[in-house]
Amino acid sequence: MNMNVVEASGLGKRYGGTWALRECTLAIPDGHVAALVGPNGAGKTTLLNLAVGLATPSAGRVTVLGGRAPGSPVALDGIAFVAQDAPLYKNLSVTDMLHVTRNLNHCFDQGYAEARLAELDIPLNRKAGRLSGGQQAQLALTLALARRPRLLVLDEPVAMLDPVARHDFMAIVLTAALDDGVSVLLSSHVLTELERVADYLILLSRGRVQMAGEVDDLLASHRVLTGPAGEADRYAERPVVHVRRAEAQAHLLVRATANDPVPPGWEAHPVGLEELALAYLREPGAAALPGPTLPGPARGRALPLDAGEPSEMTR
Amino acid sequence: MTALTVPARPEQDASLRPVPWRRMAWVTWRQHRFALAGAAALLGALAVWLWLEGLHVHHAYAAAVDCHPASSGACGALVGYFLTYVATAQTIAIVLQAVPALIGAFVGAPVLAREMETGTFRYAWTQGFGRWRWTLAKLVPLGIAVAAAAGAFSVLFSWYYQPFFTQTLFFNNQVPLDPGVFDLRGVAFAAWTLAAFAIGALAGMLIRRVVTALAATLAVYTGLALAAGLYLREHYLTPLLVKNADAPGSAWQISQQWYAKSGQPVSQSALGQVLQAAPQLAGGKGGGGIPQDDPTVNQYLVQHGYTLWTTYQPGSRFWPFQWIEGGWLLALSALLIAATVWLVRRRAA
Repeated sequence: MNMNVVEASGLGKRYGGTWALRECTLAIPDGHVAALVGPNGAGKTTLLNLAVGLATPSAGRVTVLGGRAPGSPVALDGIAFVAQDAPLYKNLSVTDMLHVTRNLNHCFDQGYAEARLAELDIPLNRKAGRLSGGQQAQLALTLALARRPRLLVLDEPVAMLDPVARHDFMAIVLTAALDDGVSVLLSSHVLTELERVADYLILLSRGRVQMAGEVDDLLASHRVLTGPAGEADRYAERPVVHVRRAEAQAHLLVRATANDPVPPGWEAHPVGLEELALAYLREPGAAALPGPTLPGPARGRALPLDAGEPSEMTR
Repeated sequence: MTALTVPARPEQDASLRPVPWRRMAWVTWRQHRFALAGAAALLGALAVWLWLEGLHVHHAYAAAVDCHPASSGACGALVGYFLTYVATAQTIAIVLQAVPALIGAFVGAPVLAREMETGTFRYAWTQGFGRWRWTLAKLVPLGIAVAAAAGAFSVLFSWYYQPFFTQTLFFNNQVPLDPGVFDLRGVAFAAWTLAAFAIGALAGMLIRRVVTALAATLAVYTGLALAAGLYLREHYLTPLLVKNADAPGSAWQISQQWYAKSGQPVSQSALGQVLQAAPQLAGGKGGGGIPQDDPTVNQYLVQHGYTLWTTYQPGSRFWPFQWIEGGWLLALSALLIAATVWLVRRRAA
């Protein structure tokens, strides 16, 4: 099936006088775990709210599940959404939360939900508000997956979780995606977990889409060149995304494939997803977007930057 | 290559039918049972008090009415004993005025305000049921529940208060149309409770904070109830007029005004000057305030060409007034609930 789970063209959302999201054009194909990445305030939550029908666009349009309007009955039925901080009715027991969710939806796999909660040692008679943060996130995810959605939308699902809970949470998401064919769209400003799960990446920055595409394609079209720092500026005319200088050596992230020639004295390395995303986030002017209708070649400026210390993006 | 048919869930086609309404009944009950239990406890406690007090009142009333001959000293003592219950009855009537406001604030206001405050609307509004249907499926059953409870309670109150309307035993009597008791009887009490609930629901959606919405509900309800009792209700039907006499029997007297021979209304100070010129009255009263309701004063003024016009609503209009008040409150409640649903539909997260 060649369907886009989320499709946006010229999508914009304004709150008061400020645009939370601007001129957002993207198409997320079916069958992916798509990661929506960007710094705080980049418009991630706004984009997700528009996709699940909690917000209405100020400009442009957005459709889901192959052309459906967000918030329409079919869209509501096919999309399960876990909002930031996994809101649950704190004074209801876990059993009641299952029952509420079952009553509010056409489809609810009670057996799956109970089995998952048993696996996680989440007591059914405990009030949702008395569960730990990790358990609340897991409960919200279980409720969402038990609806057997076609698209699972998660807003900052692991932000509040410790590393172990984060790992467990992502494992469940990945299982649902691989075994049950659920498409996943998740936002995060935690990059480390994404490398393992995401096969589609959307980079949002300051309310605009900066990079979007399949992770394999993005990785294949970027290389890191390492060479003498003094020669770095000679390669500024190439599509350089980001320059990092460490002592005598410079690291250039360039738009190049493995087949492209490497200049003498330089070494080419494949790039990791986290490194790639970080480089683009540090260069808000750079863009890598698919499709002929979009602004074409990547622009890059070679800026001398300090050796890359761990940024807050990676925590 | 074999063609692969993708098994689609049957619900996902365009003819998707909505999740049945009845499924929301359990959800609404589960989430608001404590608020409903609180309202039931409040009304229940008041009902027990009213019932016990009512037994005493009816006992004393029956003894006073059955006493013969009525002019005897013993009968006078029984009437006096019955009249000792008046103060309590008036206190109860004042307390009950607050009941719809409390129900509106504590049951109505949190319905949406709590969802907005805790962020759970992001969960509720993205389920298959749909957000405007979800809102309607909460507000309508809850509104009916609190209105029905209030309606049952007002039947008990009507029974309790009936003896105090008796004209023969009670000189300073209240009438059923009096503002203090009119909205506690008939259909009005249920209608006011429903309106308070609807005010609370809308305030919760607009303010999105439980405590603030609760306070706003109390304020708005109080303003509306005062406006209705003091200004609006007397205009439901054109008042009747009576010349040179008080309003008859069980009527609700609205205003009295003296007019001169010329047809001009006469002010209080002008009347005072007229009465100053009547030495036989002024001497007896010591020059203080002029007792308008003194029959001799009225007689004197009428003899000197003044006319007293009294406007009133007759007691026979009790039920028409009840239906008018119930009607506009029901319409208002429907409007407020519709506005709440509309706000939920258009609100952007």
